[in-house]
Amino acid sequence: MNFKLKDIVPQLITVIAVVLIFGFFTYNAQINMENRGIDFGYGFLSQESSFDVQFSLIEYDGSHSYFRAYLVGLLNTILVSVIGIIIATILGVVVGVARLSPNYLINKFAAFYVEFFRNIPLLLQIFFWYFAALRALPLPQDAEAMFGVFFLTIKGLYVPAFIWENFNIFFYSIVAAIIAIILIRAHAKKVQANQGKQIPVFLISLGLIFALPILSFLIGGVRLSFEIPVLKQLATTSFIYEGGVSLPPELIALTLSLSLYTATFIAECVRAGIQGVGKGQKEAAASIGLTPNQVLKLVIMPQALRIIIPPTTNQYLNLTKNSSLAAAIAYPDLVLVFAGTALMQTGKAIEIVSITMFTYLTLSISISILMNWYNKRIAIQEK
Amino acid sequence: MMSKINFLKPDKRNLNTFLYLGFSLFFISLLDVSLNSFFRVNLTGFLPNFLSFLLPLILGFVGLYFIRIEFSGINKLDLLNKHINTNNFNAVLSLLIIFVIIKSIPPILSWFVVDASFAGDSKDVCTGTGACWTYIKVWMRRFMYGMYPNAEQWRINLSFIALVLLGSVGYFATDKFKKYLTLYYVVIYPLIAFLFIFFFISGGPVFFDFSYGIIAAILSIIIGFFIPNKFKFYYFLLVPIALYIVLKYFIFYEEMIELGKLDGLNWVETGAWGGLSLTFIISFFCLIFCFPIGMAFALGRRSGYPLIRYISIGFIEFWRGVPLITVLFMSAVMFPMFLPEDFFIDKLVRAIIAISLFEAAYVAEVIRGGLQALPRGQYEAAKSLGMGYWKMHIFVILPQALKLVIPGIANTFLALVKDTPLIFVVGLLEIVGMLNLAKTNPEWLGFAMEGYVFAAIIFWIICYAMSKYSYNLEQKYKTDR
Repeated sequence: MNFKLKDIVPQLITVIAVVLIFGFFTYNAQINMENRGIDFGYGFLSQESSFDVQFSLIEYDGSHSYFRAYLVGLLNTILVSVIGIIIATILGVVVGVARLSPNYLINKFAAFYVEFFRNIPLLLQIFFWYFAALRALPLPQDAEAMFGVFFLTIKGLYVPAFIWENFNIFFYSIVAAIIAIILIRAHAKKVQANQGKQIPVFLISLGLIFALPILSFLIGGVRLSFEIPVLKQLATTSFIYEGGVSLPPELIALTLSLSLYTATFIAECVRAGIQGVGKGQKEAAASIGLTPNQVLKLVIMPQALRIIIPPTTNQYLNLTKNSSLAAAIAYPDLVLVFAGTALMQTGKAIEIVSITMFTYLTLSISISILMNWYNKRIAIQEK
Repeated sequence: MMSKINFLKPDKRNLNTFLYLGFSLFFISLLDVSLNSFFRVNLTGFLPNFLSFLLPLILGFVGLYFIRIEFSGINKLDLLNKHINTNNFNAVLSLLIIFVIIKSIPPILSWFVVDASFAGDSKDVCTGTGACWTYIKVWMRRFMYGMYPNAEQWRINLSFIALVLLGSVGYFATDKFKKYLTLYYVVIYPLIAFLFIFFFISGGPVFFDFSYGIIAAILSIIIGFFIPNKFKFYYFLLVPIALYIVLKYFIFYEEMIELGKLDGLNWVETGAWGGLSLTFIISFFCLIFCFPIGMAFALGRRSGYPLIRYISIGFIEFWRGVPLITVLFMSAVMFPMFLPEDFFIDKLVRAIIAISLFEAAYVAEVIRGGLQALPRGQYEAAKSLGMGYWKMHIFVILPQALKLVIPGIANTFLALVKDTPLIFVVGLLEIVGMLNLAKTNPEWLGFAMEGYVFAAIIFWIICYAMSKYSYNLEQKYKTDR
């Protein structure tokens, strides 16, 4: 009896404390909302939002609902995160490998990059790119074309738009190529296990991923043309580019600073991962006659990835969460559109902040579940 | 002596020829780039544009190719080859990096120093193409102290100096007092710091009941160190209360305060605090608060009681899953709704609470890592000595675990310092916020770059120093185990 009581009492006290705290908060919230005449509820999501967002991936204007505004913000957040993650990964891997280079200059250059960008607050970097660096860009009418088609101006980056005909056929051809590659890989693995023969999977895959889309162009009736941005005069001193896709300077500043900042952390993860594979592994692999490429592909990388992936996942999560700093430079992400403008208009503080937090929680948890799944797949299978 | 020379395959026999040739080509390429960059002279201007652009790279590459002779017997050459010139690819990369450095020195130097303006105290002196450091000079007080009144800024300086001095006590403590250091840093020092910040930086009515108690406690603890053990019990029974009474009724009694003799310093509301000093204040308090909270949740997450464990997991995962900016949003717009109507909490305090809870979750995960890294034998040994949960953790587990996680904790604090600029969300302006304010001042438009570079340098120095310090700590404690 005594033993059980000892087990229950601390838990009971904790639970009661938590319940009391939450109860206190809800009680106060109820009273406060009654006093201010606010009612609690998520019904406002379907009301007309009547505010505009300057950059949106889906069709949106003031006549759409608050829920659609939420979607606009969410998609913008995801856009920045995905672009940032891709750039940061590429840059991080390059810098991480460079830090292990025997070349003194490359090594120090990479180290300088890491130490420099890692120790400056991200918000300051975002402000720097947005308010200082990108403001030094030329006006639209003075901009010089890069490769004749890109225009980097103070109002953003203008790139040619792709105009597809029969895009779905092109899309299916890529899907078919990917499926074929997966099947061939499985087949090659089987062949190697049974007969010891190696099929040049990489070359075949490379061929497939190019050949099928090209075929779709030749016989599938897919056409691709470009719409190049053209300068247009709005007023005597006001110019704008028409046509093509325009990326707002907020997006550029944000992706640039997010990826430069996060890449430093990913670089450190990559370095630690590669250093974490014992030297003996490399030597043993070389001594059984593997070529240097095979050593890297079959021995070093699988082991290094095991060390690299968990901390890198954390960095991806951090990047996603840090993308909320967009609000500081008025890039219409989830925080700015929903927790900023929509909250200001509706005054529904509790509902909106809770939805925003819940969304970020979901994003974080889904990324970590995805990465855990991948991590489990490549982890050591102990028998 | 000259034998056949195969220019495609440098070897040791014609070492000198290759060295002269290689180094001269290499230096010609460097000279070309340097002249181009420092004096704007283009030696190869007569060549077609494209060739003139690539020529230094080609020359340098050929030069490096010629001097790439293995086991030449010359030490320095071998070192050079090993470090920057192992193969063609590395040679090109090395050349590119050298060229980038040479190319970027003149513009950076001219912007920072040569063409920059330092003198004067108005915008008019900034006519050059370089940086306008005058802007920083004029706004320095704002960047350091925010909107804090100029006449009162000595209070911030004095408090910080006093706190640094009090914080450095650990270095000078003799062996006799070493064992009290933990108590000092965990309990007394934060209290003193709180008093300083509350009464000195904030100002206002000096004494209220609570503070008599704090002062009495601190004084009596300090004096208590010198009391022989025999009398300690009676001492702690009587002296704190006596001190409290003396303070309250004889030294700083209410009439004196009312008479205006001790009405203290001018009240400076927290909205006026700002600049770098606010960064320090926030980092300091969050650091103090997030550590015990984080420790509690780390222990909770490893607790044997399922309910406590789940609550801890929920707490940690919640704060780790949301961005700090939404937490600050919550503290700004949602938190006041959760409090009784007449209950007002200052926004600085709310921000500190929010950041502390947020960082506490990260600290908890770091400490949990340390707890998991300890071998089970430590727990079992402590238990077999008959220690209970708290005794085991305080005397055996935590001292070892915390030693293990010092670098992790330092990294968390580093992240905390880097996160402080986010308090702009609740309307507090530390240095980055002040920069944005100064940038929009109509008299000082167009100096955003200088401001951000200045803040970046300050933050870089602070963060780099912290990361080096944590690295040193890591090295120091590595040998202990």
